[in-house]
Amino acid sequence: MSTFVLLLITGLGLGALYFLIASGLSLIYGLMGVLNFAHGSFLTLAAFAGFEVGRRVGISTWTGLFLSLLVGAVVGAVFAALTELLLIRPLYKRHIEQVLVTVGLSLATVALFEGIWGPDPIFMQASGWMRQTTDILGAPIPNDRFVSIAAALLVLGGLVLFLNKTRYGLIIRAGVENRAMVTALGIDVRKAFTLVFTIGGVAAGIGGVLASHYFGYVSPLLGGSLLIFAFIVTVIGGMGSLAGAAIASVLVAVLQQFANFYLGVGDLIVVLLLAVVLLVRPQGLLGKAAA
Amino acid sequence: MSALLTVKNLRATVAGQQVVEDVSFEVPATGVTAVLGRNGVGKSSTLKGILGLYDRTGEVTFDGARIDREPTHRIVQSGIAYVPEDREVFTMLTVEENLTLAARQAQPRWDFVHALFPELAQRAKQRAGTLSGGQQQMVSLARALINDNRLLMVDEPTKGLAPKIVNEVGEALAEASTSVPILLVEQNLKVIKRLADRVVVIDAGRVVHTGPAGELLDDPDRIQRLLGVSTEAHDTREAHP
Ligand SMILES: Nc1ncnc2c1ncn2[C@@H]1O[C@H](COP(=O)(O)OP(=O)(O)O)[C@@H](O)[C@H]1O
Ligand SMILES: [Mg+2]
Repeated sequence: MSTFVLLLITGLGLGALYFLIASGLSLIYGLMGVLNFAHGSFLTLAAFAGFEVGRRVGISTWTGLFLSLLVGAVVGAVFAALTELLLIRPLYKRHIEQVLVTVGLSLATVALFEGIWGPDPIFMQASGWMRQTTDILGAPIPNDRFVSIAAALLVLGGLVLFLNKTRYGLIIRAGVENRAMVTALGIDVRKAFTLVFTIGGVAAGIGGVLASHYFGYVSPLLGGSLLIFAFIVTVIGGMGSLAGAAIASVLVAVLQQFANFYLGVGDLIVVLLLAVVLLVRPQGLLGKAAA
Repeated sequence: MSALLTVKNLRATVAGQQVVEDVSFEVPATGVTAVLGRNGVGKSSTLKGILGLYDRTGEVTFDGARIDREPTHRIVQSGIAYVPEDREVFTMLTVEENLTLAARQAQPRWDFVHALFPELAQRAKQRAGTLSGGQQQMVSLARALINDNRLLMVDEPTKGLAPKIVNEVGEALAEASTSVPILLVEQNLKVIKRLADRVVVIDAGRVVHTGPAGELLDDPDRIQRLLGVSTEAHDTREAHP
């Protein structure tokens, strides 16, 4: 029983990280039709920024944690917004070039991060509450899992409110369905593009800091390795669907944990799940069918 | 009287294919100008070219200002409302959200729109995707009429609708045309007879005839030649299944 609980909650913690990345990916793709390969770089830079803050303020203190999350979110947001404004926007309506530029950016930034922080993982010398465990039904759960889950739920709740209660949320929901018609109503949809990038950057930034706690290290490859699974989550959930991303994040991560523990083939199971979804329901769990 | 909209040598391409060859015509500042032509001749593409939804070259002047290099949202903001073929409502949004999204001015014309289409007020919270075709057309028209516009461009608003709804849509357009000029693509000759003051006939991506509506509509041979239908058929689509 305690193993089950441990695997489940660890899976939920990992799912939370996937969601923090996949939510932005899915919104960006849904609205703009751009697969953003640079998304992992937003996460990695935020993780390093959070790490630098933690190193100075005290990585094991509450202040250090909150400050690093805040800085991570801001760094993710600024990086993402600049990416959209400087690289994506000039290539408006040229989707292939837009995707290629994000691929280029992700490669270049990994090299840049290696130049600054070195190619090897830097393990975090954290102690304190985040490193301790809490017993749930006899299972010792690392506390950072709870923080990740709470952060993902907050981001999910915030996004739902934003999408349903604000004018920009309305524009984004409409744009995911029919971007051309939004412009034909006299709305400059490019502002919404910058906005979804920025929002995606905030979520990825928070995810980056939390990922460094989850794995216990920061590395230039941190974002890239998570991005692969976040892409899979996005496809399984349905491109452009926030709820789909949330459900698929949990599904993929929990399945991965259990398959890893009992069979040792977590990643393989995820790829198989992807294949099954693509065969049976190519638009993903909650995606709209291609017209 | 000088024209409100002037289209000169418009060419439009989409997906690397030229879909409007060379279209020139004018839309005066009052009444209904109908664009006619068989299926696939480029009527919808002409509207999309004017709006910049398709890549285009040529000169488009609206109220004295060139708009052929402006992005779509600016053109619409300058006062050209667009009701697309096949309605293109946002199916996942409610009726109210569709209209709220479209409303750009400080005082949107909710009362006017709800007086014109009372059903939309009753169905405000209903998802547009669950509406009938006729109701979706009302949403699409209401999205345009909720703002004060200087020109309406409406593309086949009666396509695929039951005769009773066709009349309602015709009624709404007649009402709207008293306060705003309309550029109307339409294949239903009955609707054209009722609404149109002038006609522009397009064939193979070019304008082949322009003139007063009555003159063409009273000349069955000309209709037969230009549109490929006899006047006995009320709807050109019936002649071209
Ligand atoms: N998005 C598009 N992609 C490819 N071909 C198109 C597209 N839109 C229009 N066309 C082509 O352009 C021509 C004119 O189409 P359209 O303007 O829709 O005609 P109409 O409205 O007069 O029926 C047709 O041959 C049509 O197949
Ligand atoms: Mg058409």
